[in-house]
Amino acid sequence: MLIITCPFCGPRDEVEFACGGEAHIARPLADNEISDADFADYLFMRDNPKGLFLERWRHSAGCRRWFNVARDTVSNEIVEIYPMGSLPLKATAKTTYKTSWRRDTAAEKAATPSRSKAGGSK
Amino acid sequence: MAKNHPDRGQRGLPGGAPRYSAFALAKKAMNYHQDWQRAWRDPEPKAEYDAVIIGGGGHGLATAYYLAAVHGLTNIAVIEKGWIGGGNTGRNTTIIRSNYLWDESAAIYEHSMKLWEGMSQDLNFNVMFSQRGVLTIAHSEHELREMSRRVHAIRLNGIDSEILGPAEIKKFVPTINIDQSIRYPVMGGFLQRRGGTARHDAVAWGYARAADDLGVDIIQKCEVTGLRRQGRKIIGVETSRGFIKTKKVGCVVAGHSSVVAAMAGIRLPIASRPLQALVSEPIKPILDTVIMSNAVHMYISQSDKGEMVLGAGVDKYNSYAQRGSFPVPEHMLAAAVELFPVLSRLRMLRHWGGIVDTCPDASPIISKTDIEGLYFDCGWGTGGFKATPGSGHVFADLIANDRPNKIAAPYSLDRFRSGLLIDEHGAAGVAH
Ligand SMILES: Cc1cc2nc3c(=O)[nH]c(=O)nc-3n(C[C@H](O)[C@H](O)[C@H](O)COP(=O)(O)OP(=O)(O)OC[C@H]3O[C@@H](n4cnc5c(N)ncnc54)[C@H](O)[C@@H]3O)c2cc1C
Ligand SMILES: [Zn+2]
Repeated sequence: MLIITCPFCGPRDEVEFACGGEAHIARPLADNEISDADFADYLFMRDNPKGLFLERWRHSAGCRRWFNVARDTVSNEIVEIYPMGSLPLKATAKTTYKTSWRRDTAAEKAATPSRSKAGGSK
Repeated sequence: MAKNHPDRGQRGLPGGAPRYSAFALAKKAMNYHQDWQRAWRDPEPKAEYDAVIIGGGGHGLATAYYLAAVHGLTNIAVIEKGWIGGGNTGRNTTIIRSNYLWDESAAIYEHSMKLWEGMSQDLNFNVMFSQRGVLTIAHSEHELREMSRRVHAIRLNGIDSEILGPAEIKKFVPTINIDQSIRYPVMGGFLQRRGGTARHDAVAWGYARAADDLGVDIIQKCEVTGLRRQGRKIIGVETSRGFIKTKKVGCVVAGHSSVVAAMAGIRLPIASRPLQALVSEPIKPILDTVIMSNAVHMYISQSDKGEMVLGAGVDKYNSYAQRGSFPVPEHMLAAAVELFPVLSRLRMLRHWGGIVDTCPDASPIISKTDIEGLYFDCGWGTGGFKATPGSGHVFADLIANDRPNKIAAPYSLDRFRSGLLIDEHGAAGVAH
């Protein structure tokens, strides 16, 4: 069983948490402008590495808040826990973020600029 | 059927291997079983093959066998990084059934069921296929209603399926607790009498022996480490024992599908998760069928050795460590003991996990890719053992003819672009 350190509550048993799968999947806001294949990258295709993986967890039976975890899928070692909306700081986790195929997808490119636009117009 | 069973009942082993028979068994007994021949060779990889299958699980071996037996492709190899059947094939709880909701699923699982029914004959290998029935129980009014809808859909596809009430269930499974006051009361269930179990290792060994006899090279302890391409074409595989040239590669690596796909820059919608099972110490026969419960994520049967075989739901996070998280079997056992109070004092003998390749719609991928000569058969997740023969049969056809047949076509990777999913989540529950 994993012991996960909730950034808000401290170390707790895995049973208190829900796993939300791959982190850093940005929704392409201009989804009508990208192809179905590109949208499928966002909706269905998943990074599934053997090794370091960036994923989202929620302290569902505790404070119910979300956060990101960099965990090794072979050893289960948790390398870093960092807030939603931010990127990891540890070198290995940074590399995992940068080298994911997702960074090159049209879906992700369609997400970033329009996201800031949407934010600005609020 | 003749077309699907090219050799049913007639084949010796054409490659010359002696047939297994009761007579052979008696004869070898005279010599204390000292001089049995090898069941398959242990060849060195050749420099080039007409096709290479990555993954020596049941699906990969079945694919190779049908490529040789049905399509005449015999200059082929199965490449396995460990030993054959050491993946999910040798780790599963062996439940076989074909009672799925959607037409596409009915087609492939029933195709498989028919192949199971003739497999021991076809392969001249006793796979101990036992049609002892699979009973799925409902614990709520809603589940029961959903179940009857499913039973009608299944019957419309010509597949046997019937609803049982609690009293009928008690008669069919005397050890079950049908007291309505327990946390998960038995309110009814549905039964496929043609469902059952088979000996998992025997399936891998039977296909391996029959494929080997037709000339297929089964290469163990050889890991594929890369896929070599020339433009959009496959030209070979890099392995821990050197480069092997080939124009066709079939990837059948279950939990490692995303890892192998990444070698060719292909993305899959798959998450690799541990699925756990355990067996008790052996006891006298108390259960002669298979019981499944979707609501509590439990399934149970008794092996011929007498062990109670129990499986749990899938773990909640991705992992390649072939061991799961403890709370999962704990939850399953709590429910199992309530349903079968007789289990409460049994000791656990072994517990293990396998890495399953789960797909968003709980249906497999049998598909070409946008790289010429590269094919995938994966995404069987928690429930692909039952599909072993059918999957191998249609995948061999896809590789040989470079186009999917009618059964395989809906399982193309394209469905995640077109949206034509085959959503078996509700239908299959825990999906075994
Ligand atoms: C605990 C558990 C219970 C289950 N219960 C059931 C059930 O009751 N009924 C049911 O129908 N299904 C069940 N399943 C699912 C079923 O086991 C699988 O869907 C099925 O066995 C998959 O077969 P396969 O041949 O595709 O995979 P595997 O048997 O896993 O074979 C894949 C092979 O590929 C090899 N491989 C991987 N990467 C490489 C590489 N790079 N190079 C060379 N070789 C490689 C692996 O070593 C492995 O041997 C269960 C699974 C588990 C884990
Ligand atoms: Zn918390």
